[in-house]
Amino acid sequence: MQTPLTSPRMDAKPAAEGEGALMPHKAKKVSMIDPLFRMVTFAAATMLLALLGGIIVSLLIGGWPAFAAAGFGFFTSTEWNPVTEKFGAAGPIVGTLITAFLALLMSLPIAIGVSVYLTQFAPAPIARPLAIAVELLAGIPSIVFGIWGLFVFAPFFAEHVQIPLTRAFPPQTDIGRLIAGVPNGANIFTASVILAIMILPYMAAVFRDLFLSIPPQVREAAFGVGATPLEVVTKVLIPYVRQGMVGVVMLGFGRALGETMAVTFVIGNSMNYPNSLFSSGATLASTIANQFAEASGEMHRASLIALGLVLFIITFLVLAVARLLLRAPTHS
Amino acid sequence: MKAKLSLRQIKSSLFQGFCLVTTLLAIMALGMILWSLFSQGLAGLSLDIITMDTPAPETRGGLRNAIVGSLIMCSIAMILALIVGVLAGTWLSEFGGQSRYATLVRFLNDVLLSAPSILIGLCVYEAMVKPFGGFSALAGAVALAIIALPIITRTTEDMLRLQPNALREAGMAIGASQFHTIRSIIWSAARAGLLTGALLAFARISGETAPLLFTALGSNFFSLDLTSPMSSLPSVMNTYAMSPFDDWVRLAWSAALIVAVSVLSINIVGRYLLRQPVSK
Repeated sequence: MQTPLTSPRMDAKPAAEGEGALMPHKAKKVSMIDPLFRMVTFAAATMLLALLGGIIVSLLIGGWPAFAAAGFGFFTSTEWNPVTEKFGAAGPIVGTLITAFLALLMSLPIAIGVSVYLTQFAPAPIARPLAIAVELLAGIPSIVFGIWGLFVFAPFFAEHVQIPLTRAFPPQTDIGRLIAGVPNGANIFTASVILAIMILPYMAAVFRDLFLSIPPQVREAAFGVGATPLEVVTKVLIPYVRQGMVGVVMLGFGRALGETMAVTFVIGNSMNYPNSLFSSGATLASTIANQFAEASGEMHRASLIALGLVLFIITFLVLAVARLLLRAPTHS
Repeated sequence: MKAKLSLRQIKSSLFQGFCLVTTLLAIMALGMILWSLFSQGLAGLSLDIITMDTPAPETRGGLRNAIVGSLIMCSIAMILALIVGVLAGTWLSEFGGQSRYATLVRFLNDVLLSAPSILIGLCVYEAMVKPFGGFSALAGAVALAIIALPIITRTTEDMLRLQPNALREAGMAIGASQFHTIRSIIWSAARAGLLTGALLAFARISGETAPLLFTALGSNFFSLDLTSPMSSLPSVMNTYAMSPFDDWVRLAWSAALIVAVSVLSINIVGRYLLRQPVSK
């Protein structure tokens, strides 16, 4: 009975064991049920590992034929032709990385601005409702963003941004080449904007938690030596949680990489290598969502699963780094 | 000296202005999406929505089969995920401690938490649809359960960790088994938190589309059969929004409105519940 009182959580032995001599019958029953309970909960925790393992194995097995047939060319070829059964993933891989990166670029400054406003500048009575509103934005399902993007944002973008820009810059100029594309609003850039809106509340919420985790004395001390609010934020608060912030950025990036439905609705779903900002394209996830149910043959299906494996590896690495960065400061 | 100081203050004011503008932008985005949902979705809402099934183009219809399908699959998913998730979270909080294995499970659970949901769909397709020769509601429910599981595990662990050790010691002091202590004291003390976790997970999976695409597939008929394809609100949104028929698009907006409003209200209720014990 020495250890249980200090750390009952870590205690392996049932507490009633010491009473065994007095109540042999009861003690036996107790000691039976505790290891059993422990084992059941342990099995449940292990199931999480098994699930992740199962995902990897099923993607590997399902996608293997595609890798075997195309070899390394699977990653470099831009040809995606279900009829000739030639499959190269370069288009969607690049599309995924570009859209996620653009989304991050647009979303990051806004997310920092929102979280700083909510934690530093907002008057107390409205800070909480605003924070809830931002978190609600994070709760809206991906497909609702997709429908909104398809019917509201893409037409607006085509009419008020894409067409005027195309008029202003002839196709021969550098800018003209950068913005070449069918003016229907379904392109890589609109997909990035939708992604940016989707990861914004998510990143803002975690940034906010980070800022809230800073002891108030740090902030007060900075103000005490005469720093302006800008200096407090950029020279004291942000450096204080720098590692966590990098983690959040990676988390947002990981989210953007794997987002499916919203992107599928607005990216135009063309398997070509994206050659301008306003050209239609595809991401790994949107290609799978779009083609898998109607895949024309085993090879087509295997290639789509192989895309899934590529997506899994990229997001796993990004998310793993994110979690490692985020974990360290919160537990120290 | 004076000029320099005011420059710093100007910069700072600009920064404060920037932060305010970004917040307004975020709120505006939420407002715009909600406005579109209501302005486009409300028109299609009538009693037909809950009494009739998804129609052929240009005929009267509703979303009955989709609503029922969503409820069935989400409920089964929640039951599966709650059983495994609460147990796994309990292990992490009460037994795992800081052991290497627990750290690994915690870490991979966090990764699974933000893993792309479409991959879950692919994996369930490989594991359940392909071997059993067909799309099924059960496969859809399992895919949703896998998405809910890491959320529930995480909140369970967090909520159990919030319970003071004095509760555990009290259980031991009266000679209760560890199982009894956790079941009757720790779990019930953390009840509000566990319920919140379940609600948030439910909100999350009720809008998930990608994992259902190649598991439950979707269907135009009312079905309670777990071994055949089943309709759901997200899958109706997916197929109908992309269609060229105006009335289908209108139904897609109505489905979007229903899903968004329920997800948002579940989220609000969940947050409210979570605040109760903290504010006491």
